[in-house]
Amino acid sequence: MSTTDHAPTHSAPQNAHAHPHPGVVGDGHSHGTRKSYLTGFALSVILTAIPFWLVMGNVIADTMITTLVIMAFGVAQILVHMIYFLHMNTKSEGGWTMMAAIFTIIVVVIALSGSLWVMYHLNTNMMPGHTMDPANLM
Amino acid sequence: MSTKVQTAEGEAVAFYDIDPHEHPAHGSTMLGFWLYLMSDCLIFATLFAIYGVLGGNFAAGPSPADLFNLPLVAVSTTALLLSSITYGFAMLEMEQNKQGTTQLWLAITGVLGAVFLGLTLYEFYHMIHEGAVPQRSGFLSAFFVLVGTHALHVTFGIIWLVTLMVQVARRGLIPANQIRVQCLSMFWHFLDVIWIGVFTVVYLMGMLR
Repeated sequence: MSTTDHAPTHSAPQNAHAHPHPGVVGDGHSHGTRKSYLTGFALSVILTAIPFWLVMGNVIADTMITTLVIMAFGVAQILVHMIYFLHMNTKSEGGWTMMAAIFTIIVVVIALSGSLWVMYHLNTNMMPGHTMDPANLM
Repeated sequence: MSTKVQTAEGEAVAFYDIDPHEHPAHGSTMLGFWLYLMSDCLIFATLFAIYGVLGGNFAAGPSPADLFNLPLVAVSTTALLLSSITYGFAMLEMEQNKQGTTQLWLAITGVLGAVFLGLTLYEFYHMIHEGAVPQRSGFLSAFFVLVGTHALHVTFGIIWLVTLMVQVARRGLIPANQIRVQCLSMFWHFLDVIWIGVFTVVYLMGMLR
């Protein structure tokens, strides 16, 4: 946590201009507090327990609705982890972590939706009788 | 300043910064490590895509409902979730420069990670014992690659954690060690994020197939 240990090799104004948050550890990177960690933990316990309960208890008869609900819970929990545990925000590292994350999410969405869409149609068009429809696999 | 090619008579041509501006030590380590995690995220995205495509191809072999033990998955998920908060406590202790308690929380995190890894290995052993091997069906190939890659990450995380605890014990919470603990923190929480995807897509949605 030393900000003054660095040898001042340059004039101070130039350094201050180039690095608005000088320091060895945690420049521009927030760390969270005990409260934020506990909040994140409580939220993730809830967001884990509900989908497990929905599946193990057969709460909703329609599997399609259950699937969509647990996917929504999964996305919500990933957001909780990114905010409370990975301390994602628009300011850390001058916004570059957020930019990298957004870029990654775009590529992930293209890869996942593209693969599933293409392969679903490949299966339905090339192999009649062997569709990806869960009802036919039971 | 940028490279100058046009120079006055007799002046040496500079193709690089003669007078580089100073960066603080580890100034860009966190961003670099974040970029590594994002590339790791793409690996997992492709593995999830493979599982999404192949997950229904059982080849008349066992299906998720035949193989998966959801209470066991719930226990391993709990272990990983708990390890996230204990790592958070280690980070908070480190910020207050308390070496002993930092090491204690890191050790608890490592034990919880080992519990998770043990349960995954037990599940793999159990499945292989029942003949549900990776070469049995497309579903099992995709399952073992995806869950196995995550387990491999947890394994390296534990090795890294033990290495770091030795380094902290020998050198204390020096700035270099602090940045290492922070990087492992990001790695550890990132693995938890991936596990959310795994238990949702592989285990819970697998049981609904």
